[in-house]
Amino acid sequence: MTKFKTIAALLIVTLVTACSGPSKSTVDEGAGGATGTAGAAASGVGEGGTGAGGAMGGATGGSALGGPGASQENRIIYFGYDEFAVKPEYDVILQAHSKYLSANPAARVRLEGHADERGSREYNIGLGEKRAQSVRNVLLLQGAVSDQIATVSFGEERPAVIGSDDEAWSLNRRVEIVYAQ
Amino acid sequence: MHKLVPVFAALLILASTQGQAELQIQITEGVDKALPIAVVPFGWQGSGTGAPLDVASVVAADLARSGRFDPLDRKDMLQRPTTGTEVDFGDWRTQRTDVLIIGRVVQSGPDQFEIQFQVFDVLRGEQLLGYRQPATAADFRRSCHRVADLIYEELTGIRGVFSTRIAYVTVSRNQGQGQVTSNYRLVVADADGQNVRIMVESRQPIMSPAWSPDGRKIAYVSFEANRSEIYVQDLRSGSRKRVSARPGVNGAPAWSPDGQRLAVSLSRQDGNLDIYTLDLATQVLTRLTSGSAIDTEPTWSLDGQQIYFTSDAAGGPQVYRVAADGGSAKRVTFEGSYNARPRMAPDGKKLAVVHNDRGNYRIALVDLARSTTQVLSDGRLDESPSFAPNGEMLIYATREGTRGVLGTVSINGRIKTRIPDLDGDVREPAWSPFADD
Repeated sequence: MTKFKTIAALLIVTLVTACSGPSKSTVDEGAGGATGTAGAAASGVGEGGTGAGGAMGGATGGSALGGPGASQENRIIYFGYDEFAVKPEYDVILQAHSKYLSANPAARVRLEGHADERGSREYNIGLGEKRAQSVRNVLLLQGAVSDQIATVSFGEERPAVIGSDDEAWSLNRRVEIVYAQ
Repeated sequence: MHKLVPVFAALLILASTQGQAELQIQITEGVDKALPIAVVPFGWQGSGTGAPLDVASVVAADLARSGRFDPLDRKDMLQRPTTGTEVDFGDWRTQRTDVLIIGRVVQSGPDQFEIQFQVFDVLRGEQLLGYRQPATAADFRRSCHRVADLIYEELTGIRGVFSTRIAYVTVSRNQGQGQVTSNYRLVVADADGQNVRIMVESRQPIMSPAWSPDGRKIAYVSFEANRSEIYVQDLRSGSRKRVSARPGVNGAPAWSPDGQRLAVSLSRQDGNLDIYTLDLATQVLTRLTSGSAIDTEPTWSLDGQQIYFTSDAAGGPQVYRVAADGGSAKRVTFEGSYNARPRMAPDGKKLAVVHNDRGNYRIALVDLARSTTQVLSDGRLDESPSFAPNGEMLIYATREGTRGVLGTVSINGRIKTRIPDLDGDVREPAWSPFADD
């Protein structure tokens, strides 16, 4: 099952890499459309190609999607329950980050993996680490170098949102992309 | 047990037998059918204002908390004897008290005391136990708990755990200037939650406290360097040592029964969490599992030959077993989609786990011989079970609203209590072993 998940993640990455050209350019236009919640952030980016989201907060072009200038919502990748495969809607964001990293060899990122509060704490450390590793693998496949990427897992210890409902949980299952200052 | 009257003996046997519905005792919902006892306020023979603590109230609270005893309210006592000759068993029989405990604190030096006590079988009118427990002002509370331990053992045949301790982690969050800061503490307290000592304090998460088998050290995970590292801290001196700070995750320390090694979960360079043993004297690391699964939360068998751990090799987390010197892992839990964080029972025959019970995370017992699972707790987000060293109870983390609190549950699931008055958001309790100091 675990192996299956890994293979599935690799497949998704491969597929996305294959069609990265067009999807990237279209999403750039709607990058600012994402709003604060996980669901909206995900769908906002995914639907960016339709032009539904308007530019917000001065975020423009590639710099809004990837690199240290990326807005908050473009630096957080959310995950399903007990899952660590990166969802396809994040490919565009991650491509932008990869592009930035390969264009700036001195840049360094730290991928901070997190889990929701349910279940046991050390297992959740494991889930957070797996999530950070999934994001790392995507970045490496798209041109970042391994020296540029560090991972850490905080499990459920540092929730983004305090709460015990589906919305809080979905916001806490995440990887935060943090650029070194 | 041989000294007990038949009615009393029968009651205790029922209380320890599973499947007796008439003996549903829930301290959280009031005591029912617990053994009626009376702990009379102790006398005082010494100078000054009296004994450092009210022995009888500490002892009565301990015995009540076990769920097996129902102490008589002081104001209802018809007499308050402090020596055997003052006891009139007729009065206590009238009040339906089965066991009477009396005593006195004798001061034998400026900081030297003796807690003298006697336990009587009221129906037979005979003494079951007489004992003198030495004490100092500094360890007086602990000595009171020892008195309760001795009484508990005399009446039940099972060693008491009132003088043992618990470790746990608390978090308090402070909101100021748009920034939320968190304060994490590793705390050690008496088993009743009193006598709190802060071992470590950090702005970054502290996790996974684990007692050494001799009860003198605690291993734990600290994120103070903004990443997970494993420390071992001496309780008495407070000095500590970083024992694992390898790249990636350093987590889930568990002491071997001989205290020489820690089983840990490390991700190292490849990012996969696997189980290792770490020899504390030589720092030699032995890898026990490999592969892409999350392998974590090890716990040792009593003989130190096997390690049980959580793995998601089959998709969701389940408990597996591997030999402590390596080999292939064997799956142990099969009931339900989620069984994680095993802890070995003191009898070596059961594991306590976190179990997904129809969408709720609850504490369950897995019988290793029969492979059956019994759900013990009834919360929605229960976790971190830890056995009392006598194996009679588990302490675990549960919720009251959004706040984490600690609860105990007897291994037959019938007696549930809360540890009251702990500060902050409380999690990850670990019950100490028996200590002989």
